[in-house]
Amino acid sequence: MLEVTDLHKHFPIGKKGLLGKPAKWLHAVDGVSFSLEKGETLGLVGESGCGKSTTARTMIGLYPPTSGSVKFEGEEISHLSRSERAPFRRRIQMIFQDPYASLDPRQTVASILAEPLKIHRLAKPRERKLRAMQLLDAVGLNPRHIHRFPHEFSGGQRQRIGVARALALEPDLIICDEPVSALDVSIQAQVVNLLEELQERFGLSYLFIAHDLAVVRHICDRVAVMYLGKIVEIATRDELFENPQHPYTKALMSAVPHPDPKIERTRERIVLEGDVPSPLEPPTGCRFHPRCVERHKVEGDRCSTVEPQLGERSACHLSLD
Amino acid sequence: MSNPILDVQNLRVRFETHHGVVRAVDGVSFQLHEGETLGLVGESGSGKSVTNLALMGLVPQPPGVVEADKMSFEGRDLLSLSDRELRSVRGNDISMIFQDPMTSLNPLLTIGRQLTEVLEVHKKVTRREARQICADGLDDVGIPLPKKRLDQYPHELSGGMRQRVMIAMGLLCKPKVLLADEPTTALDVTIQAQILELMKRLQETHGTAIILVTHDLGVVAGMSDRVNVMYAGKLVETADAGPLFEQPRHPYTKGLLASVPRLTGDPNAELDSIPGSPPDLAALPPGCSFAPRCGLKTDQCTTHTPTLEELPTRATSRSSACFENARLTDTLIADTLDYGDRPQGGSFA
Ligand SMILES: Nc1ncnc2c1ncn2[C@@H]1O[C@H](COP(=O)(O)OP(=O)(O)OP(=O)(O)O)[C@@H](O)[C@H]1O
Ligand SMILES: Nc1ncnc2c1ncn2[C@@H]1O[C@H](COP(=O)(O)OP(=O)(O)OP(=O)(O)O)[C@@H](O)[C@H]1O
Ligand code: SF4
Ligand SMILES: [Mg+2]
Ligand SMILES: [Mg+2]
Repeated sequence: MLEVTDLHKHFPIGKKGLLGKPAKWLHAVDGVSFSLEKGETLGLVGESGCGKSTTARTMIGLYPPTSGSVKFEGEEISHLSRSERAPFRRRIQMIFQDPYASLDPRQTVASILAEPLKIHRLAKPRERKLRAMQLLDAVGLNPRHIHRFPHEFSGGQRQRIGVARALALEPDLIICDEPVSALDVSIQAQVVNLLEELQERFGLSYLFIAHDLAVVRHICDRVAVMYLGKIVEIATRDELFENPQHPYTKALMSAVPHPDPKIERTRERIVLEGDVPSPLEPPTGCRFHPRCVERHKVEGDRCSTVEPQLGERSACHLSLD
Repeated sequence: MSNPILDVQNLRVRFETHHGVVRAVDGVSFQLHEGETLGLVGESGSGKSVTNLALMGLVPQPPGVVEADKMSFEGRDLLSLSDRELRSVRGNDISMIFQDPMTSLNPLLTIGRQLTEVLEVHKKVTRREARQICADGLDDVGIPLPKKRLDQYPHELSGGMRQRVMIAMGLLCKPKVLLADEPTTALDVTIQAQILELMKRLQETHGTAIILVTHDLGVVAGMSDRVNVMYAGKLVETADAGPLFEQPRHPYTKGLLASVPRLTGDPNAELDSIPGSPPDLAALPPGCSFAPRCGLKTDQCTTHTPTLEELPTRATSRSSACFENARLTDTLIADTLDYGDRPQGGSFA
């Protein structure tokens, strides 16, 4: 249903020179490919700043891609103009990472939820309010609060308004950028269960960006792990969690805090040494090599000179051998 | 025990809105000591952020009204400080890492401007020194190319980087009290570990006391000495971290812990959650606010309001606000289980 091929997004950084050329390019997304089936959930995890949100935003055309293609049901959608994109806008929705910035502070919840229905002429004026109330109820908010403004809600409540807004248009694909990280675990569970239920009922697909690996394990069918603009490992949920291959994935798994003080305080972790590298000057060879604890297992200096390609599963010389 | 650095008694915050009075914080009392970490967990919308905003003197008034029998910092009454005195405490002695980096950072100013401003207000440093200190601060929170980032605007950073800028800002003046409101929600687990480690180091070198608000119970488990659990504006349970996780007492705390998604167990099973929806703070039910969702409720629960009461345990002090305490106490084993020492650095490294 969705096919992303070799997507690149580079941002200009620093002052423009004499010829209007930017000083440097920041490679936020640097060759990302994956596909997504109907009814499937693909998780996207990775270090903060590795390009997850940029991938999502470029996919839906919020940023023009530097290169690469994004196909939705076979049609190229990343280079479309605003009006050409309109039919896809209803079918692909996004829940944004920053609920504060993405809700208009001057609109009540009622109009925030009714607006998309109005634009896409999906419900009669009278039905819209009812629909808005149903949506609020579905995400665990009090339907009587539809006349309130965003600032009157707590952080987690605002995040749920964002979820309700994405659901309003009954889309086919929802790109969820950390949809549950601001929620307490009980409400998080409600929202996750709701997303799964909707998926079952309507065959929705999700691209699910999150930091909480336990939630990812719960909701995703497959998971892609990103590091510095690239996917370093992609596998089915069970393969990834039971048998992580890439050294970065292993470090990530070992850093998950455990909700039991006894276990948490004695747990073994793989410590990532070294500085977080800069996307302006990514390390040579394998981008992860300066921080990798397993590179001594690879002969010679291949890790620092030759870039491992993402084969079937993991972009690491160890698993390619 | 030494004098508490923060002493809060019967804090109440209400918002007088068009739809009625929202009692966001309703009689909260706690103390915080030097070098201590107090975890604050609870339902979304239960008043955690508003509690912290009240301590900072940042509740918008109107519509907010803040009252307390006592709210003191190092013995000084925070409620009677003048605006000027409050400004010198805020950001310097008590600082807050805000939950929402995007609304707390000014989109029109560079990261550098916003960070150096904090220093210039509170410390006597030159521009240049300030820039260096701020770059070091960004480096500490793991932001690559700190000098370049100082010249960027908030929208040019990723969500997690903005959050780390907020953290760097909160730590710049080495505060005595740090109110950290969901400091690591937007961060991946490896950077999260690094940030928590940084906070612990600050605590060890400066004796900083921390209130840590987070939904991540794993983080609470690893960081906190004590934990306060909030529901609908009230504290419903307070206990040392070990016993709380070992044996939650209040039915809400039990439901909360049962909802935690885990890395083990059947990934296809539906996640547990607490049935029902959170209460409307402008129209709370009579009696215990949790009663409509509680499996243990009796008639008394819907007519009378339970207060936070000390439970009879030998080793540690813990309290719960639930009428079923008496019934549950029979089964309460002595909380003398050995949780070992508090983690000394290392464990988050
Ligand atoms: N300015 C305001 N006007 C009216 N109500 C408000 C205002 N600010 C907060 N509230 C209400 O006060 C209650 C407590 O909010 P608070 O932000 O403290 O919750 P929280 O515990 O931090 O939740 P979360 O975990 O979702 O961040 C919420 O129900 C919210 O709707
Ligand atoms: N509009 C922009 N202009 C310049 N640089 C940008 C812009 N948006 C993102 N970047 C840069 O691109 C990189 C990737 O950012 P992105 O927001 O995609 O990260 P992320 O993986 O979503 O991280 P997080 O988990 O912290 O949200 C970062 O280095 C960021 O500074
Ligand atoms: S290629 Fe080498 S440096 Fe990169 S992850 Fe594999 S072992 Fe580590
Ligand atoms: Mg992001
Ligand atoms: Mg909050």
